Amino acid sequence: MALTQTELRKLEELAWQVRRDIIDVTVWAGGAHIGGGLSMVDILVSLYFHLLKVDPANPEKPDRDRVVVSKGHGGVGYAPVLARKGYFDFETLKTFNQFNSPFGMHLDARKVRGVDVSTGSLGHGLPMALGLALGARLRNESWYTYCLLGDGECNEGTVWEAAMAAAHFKVTNLVTIVDRNRLMIDGNTEEVMGVEPFADKWKAFGFIVKEIDGHDFNQICQAVTEAHAEERAPVLIIANTKKGSGVDYMEDNVKWHYGSMDSTLADQARASVDKRFNRAN
Amino acid sequence: MAEEVTGTTWTVYDANSMTQAEIYGHVLCELGEENPDIVGLSADLAKSTKIGLFGDRFPGRFFNVGIAEQNMFGVAAGLAKAGFLPFVSTMAAFTSMRACEQVRTDICYQNLDCKIIATHGGISFGTAGSTHNATEDLAIMRAMPNMTVIVPADGIETANAVRACVNHPGPVYIRVGRGFEPTYYETEDYGFEIGKAVELTPGTDITIIACGVTVLQAAEAARVLKEEDGLSVRVINLHTIKPLDEAAILRAVTETRRIITFEDHSVIGGLGTAVADVIAASGKGCAFEKVGIPDEFSLVGYPEDLYAHYKLDTNGIIDRVRAVMGKDFEEDENWDDEV
Repeated sequence: MALTQTELRKLEELAWQVRRDIIDVTVWAGGAHIGGGLSMVDILVSLYFHLLKVDPANPEKPDRDRVVVSKGHGGVGYAPVLARKGYFDFETLKTFNQFNSPFGMHLDARKVRGVDVSTGSLGHGLPMALGLALGARLRNESWYTYCLLGDGECNEGTVWEAAMAAAHFKVTNLVTIVDRNRLMIDGNTEEVMGVEPFADKWKAFGFIVKEIDGHDFNQICQAVTEAHAEERAPVLIIANTKKGSGVDYMEDNVKWHYGSMDSTLADQARASVDKRFNRAN
Repeated sequence: MAEEVTGTTWTVYDANSMTQAEIYGHVLCELGEENPDIVGLSADLAKSTKIGLFGDRFPGRFFNVGIAEQNMFGVAAGLAKAGFLPFVSTMAAFTSMRACEQVRTDICYQNLDCKIIATHGGISFGTAGSTHNATEDLAIMRAMPNMTVIVPADGIETANAVRACVNHPGPVYIRVGRGFEPTYYETEDYGFEIGKAVELTPGTDITIIACGVTVLQAAEAARVLKEEDGLSVRVINLHTIKPLDEAAILRAVTETRRIITFEDHSVIGGLGTAVADVIAASGKGCAFEKVGIPDEFSLVGYPEDLYAHYKLDTNGIIDRVRAVMGKDFEEDENWDDEV
């Protein structure tokens, strides 16, 4: 079912806000994984503001949905989403990267309210998400586990170990989404270490694969809703995205995997995001 | 026979007819009856590690992930996050090295209640060669924050350790051997406590500190040394390598002034190193030697031949103790000091 105009406007508002937040946090932090943080914004916004059953007032609620941001370097994109959802005050992100801050590049579940699982080292998220999903099934509980993978991350063998096991155990309460932004640190994924034919690989491992535009809220929400209903096999959603999405000079630019901005670049970035979302300054 | 053994107390006969791993498997089944949150995981070694006994009893709570140790420890972390109490078993080499980062980052970093029972520790699987030996695992596990590291002396102590770890918060690494190592203990009732060394024999001339398979050999060596050399040898079973019972080591420093450690592990980073750190920090003079696998990959062979070669059997221990008794060291002014 398509999103209503009100729902769509709400998600767009948040997508704009979080992109502005990411620019702020990158400046405060003195640098961040901004490219991959921006590519996954619309996926996280869809999850946290439309799809997830979570309660920021009660972050440990036993029947909440779980989220594993396996591309843990996306912390700069994840933390503002959690702040806007109400897990903590946005202003606390001013400490990002500073001495003894709860916020480092890779979010620590023991320090950051709302984070279910600590990630950072790539290839660790899907196995842990699988464990969570098996746990929910063992207890006959109806919550879902969501795992957000990077496409470069899928070079890691453990992703495929977990994929093999998820299909083997017929886990259908796990929704795995790949942020397919096509860039990794050293270049294009297909030049550094090709993952294509990507969908075919996941299908061969026993997944049902859906391919969508990862910046289209209707497509994201529809794919996840379909994944919920799927009872035959685990579902993998390939979300095609742009690294640096929303900031014109960062988009599809490998140099912005990690970067810092002076005030001029930050202003340019804000102007670009505002223009993209039709926000007059 | 093994299959008929039930209950919580193992007799010498039972322990002699069962490997440490078998006893672990049976104890885990009992724990599984008591605690529905316990789940088991293995990576195609359900039979070798004996966690398969739990799997047979509780098939719904057991996950064999195939030959994928890294995934196994990640899945265990997820199950712990979902409120379960995972027991995970594969060989010590694959736990500490193949899946090292999952154990460290997924389990220890998040301080999860996850219990790892690693089999085939040290050179206990000596015929398999260095690919399957684990003479580095204690060094690796000891360096991980939040991790508790236990090396039970025998099957009976394994039963104690496995029971105790259930109520010990955070990740626990219990390292056992492979074969039918004879037991030291006759009953479980000797006051096993995680983090507390056990003094097996009192002594004032020298202290032997041992763990795992060397405990029985050390006790036997102490008996021979008393008979043949008239030596008063203190023997300590330091089953918990971390957290370390520093008080027991410091008492040995001041009361015997000679310490020698024996372990089925590299001399770098394991029991001997842990003890050496305490001695060095004490500032007291103490003759010291650590005996284990030297800084090399082990020869191939049956464990008993390898233990003899590396001076970890009774004769080897006697030999090294005599050598340390002849060692000179600088006595400090407070020879008679107390802890």
